Amino acid sequence: MRYVTKRNRAILRAMISTDFKVRYQGSVLGYLWSLLRPLLMFGVLYVVFVYIFNLNKGVPHYGVYLLLGIVLWNFFLETTAIGMTSIVARGDLIRKISIPRYLVVVSTTASALINLTLNLLVVLVFALFNGVHPSTNWLLLLPLLFELFVFSLAVAFFLATLYVKFRDVTYIWEVFLQAAFYGTPILYPLSLIPVRFQKFEHTLLLNPIAQIIQDARYAVITRETVIGWNVLRLRFALVPIVIVLVMAAISIRFFKKQSKYFAENL
Amino acid sequence: MEDYAVVVKDLHKEFILPQFRHTSVKQIFVNLGRRGVKKHQKVLDGISFDVHKGDFFGIVGRNGSGKSTLLKILAGVYAPTSGVVEVYGQLTPFIELGVGFNPELTARDNVFLNGALLGFSRKEMLGLYDEIVEFAELGEFMDKKLKNFSSGMQVRLAFSIAVKAKNEILIFDEVLAVGDAAFQQKCFDYFEKLKNQKQTVIFVSHDMGAVRRFCNRALYLKDGNIIGLGSPTEIADIYAVENIQDAPAEDTTIDLQLPATYKINSKIITQNKNSLVMEFSYDGEADQRVIIGLGVLRDGISIAELSLPEDIQLVGKGRIQYTLDLTHLNPGSYQMSGSLFLHDTRRLMAVSPVRCSFVIKGNDPTKGSVLKLEHNWQVDE
Repeated sequence: MRYVTKRNRAILRAMISTDFKVRYQGSVLGYLWSLLRPLLMFGVLYVVFVYIFNLNKGVPHYGVYLLLGIVLWNFFLETTAIGMTSIVARGDLIRKISIPRYLVVVSTTASALINLTLNLLVVLVFALFNGVHPSTNWLLLLPLLFELFVFSLAVAFFLATLYVKFRDVTYIWEVFLQAAFYGTPILYPLSLIPVRFQKFEHTLLLNPIAQIIQDARYAVITRETVIGWNVLRLRFALVPIVIVLVMAAISIRFFKKQSKYFAENL
Repeated sequence: MEDYAVVVKDLHKEFILPQFRHTSVKQIFVNLGRRGVKKHQKVLDGISFDVHKGDFFGIVGRNGSGKSTLLKILAGVYAPTSGVVEVYGQLTPFIELGVGFNPELTARDNVFLNGALLGFSRKEMLGLYDEIVEFAELGEFMDKKLKNFSSGMQVRLAFSIAVKAKNEILIFDEVLAVGDAAFQQKCFDYFEKLKNQKQTVIFVSHDMGAVRRFCNRALYLKDGNIIGLGSPTEIADIYAVENIQDAPAEDTTIDLQLPATYKINSKIITQNKNSLVMEFSYDGEADQRVIIGLGVLRDGISIAELSLPEDIQLVGKGRIQYTLDLTHLNPGSYQMSGSLFLHDTRRLMAVSPVRCSFVIKGNDPTKGSVLKLEHNWQVDE
């Protein structure tokens, strides 16, 4: 079976442009909100965490450090949350026409990808203002973003498949994400964790999202970021990558097997 | 396999009944103790047929016979439980017109969206766009949002896309059920054109007239099995026979407050090519003279009313036979009903509780007319 056919491209393109046209219907600023929303969000977070909680001690450029983590986390959150409901939301289509089911899930990630790109641009501009020196290390972001995309998509496929049969998944996932947000070093720098909890710190780094965020911070902002490659033995440092690959393999199999019956199970 | 468009071999489809399906985590636990009681419903029970290139292929059957399921499997929406479905060529499924139409988008955007879902790239749709708009006669409205369209305009737009953006194999499911008379006429004209162009079409319908008119082959589906596969004439006969199960007469008896002392029953004794013998058994009061009225209906519409000639006197109870000459009726399905009247006052006393149905089989060259009238032609000198 060929995946990149003329037909599939046309369908993907039509679905993405429909999403986009419909989303900003009736709003005065339209597409501009895609850029304004993260800017305003950043402003709020910056004030709260840098001026009120004073978390910036000990970590250089803490503001940018924080924002980068949030941007990457938000992409994961958006992709999985929207991807999860995508099959059910497009139920009318799936029950009536045989478009490849995976396109429905993939098309919903497009808006998250666009948001991610805009947000990253804003963060990089912030970084420059904050006195971070640009370097070729920034290019390391690309493979990390690819890893993030693969992992988010894999989780989205898995959840979308489950959601067709079990509508509880959305509530469970919401709670899980909330917990995972605090279980991932996003708001707090890992260096704040006391040395006697080192085992705990190392466990946190096995999480692929934590690995991606920390590696990205290391590449873009500061060498003082704690990363698995420095503090873990190699075979443990590789655990996040293995998790991503295993998740992708499981999701593809699960989705392929179940997607044949989406039309009748919806 | 050059000339095959669709080949179906031993196709089975089962659904798990919804009440046995887990739709929430809670239900998994609720159903935990009842493992293995899942109820399956067989919708298609091992069917095989093929459609050749250039066929106008009809699928006929009553509601719930599995037609739509079969169509959805052909279109790739459902996966078969077992069996093989081979489709040679790109297939356009119009299970429903205007799939994916988004009311928030303009008509123009919807054309491209719908086109993409049917498998056409933006470039191809650009080439077809003007034709579509022209066919739909909606030129000045194309930049309006679809939600501001009347349902008639939406159907017109959807149908125009369907007509212009077509693939090698077309599937139509009851398209004729929507739209007004003018739209139906447009559909018929379009089908006529498809037929002449030798386009491969799979067509599901209740309308035997349309099946006879357009299809060159058809199948009859009943409870998930094919009980007929052949020419539209054969299928139309099966359809007629299958649909006549002596229907109870409408409940007029209650409204009329007919006296319980009078009864009439009718049944068909024999039928051959040219005539049909019916027997009426009647029951009334011993001193009252009665007459029997007889109605012949086709598709629920009365086409003849007959009554007992004056020289036959009936009183009390008894039986009487009536022979109907069939040579003046065209093929189709007919019903007959009997009623009992008082001779003197012509008051209705009883109506037979069931209508007897009969079918005149054969090829109907007139495609739906009822009577063969005596005719006589003279050429002017």
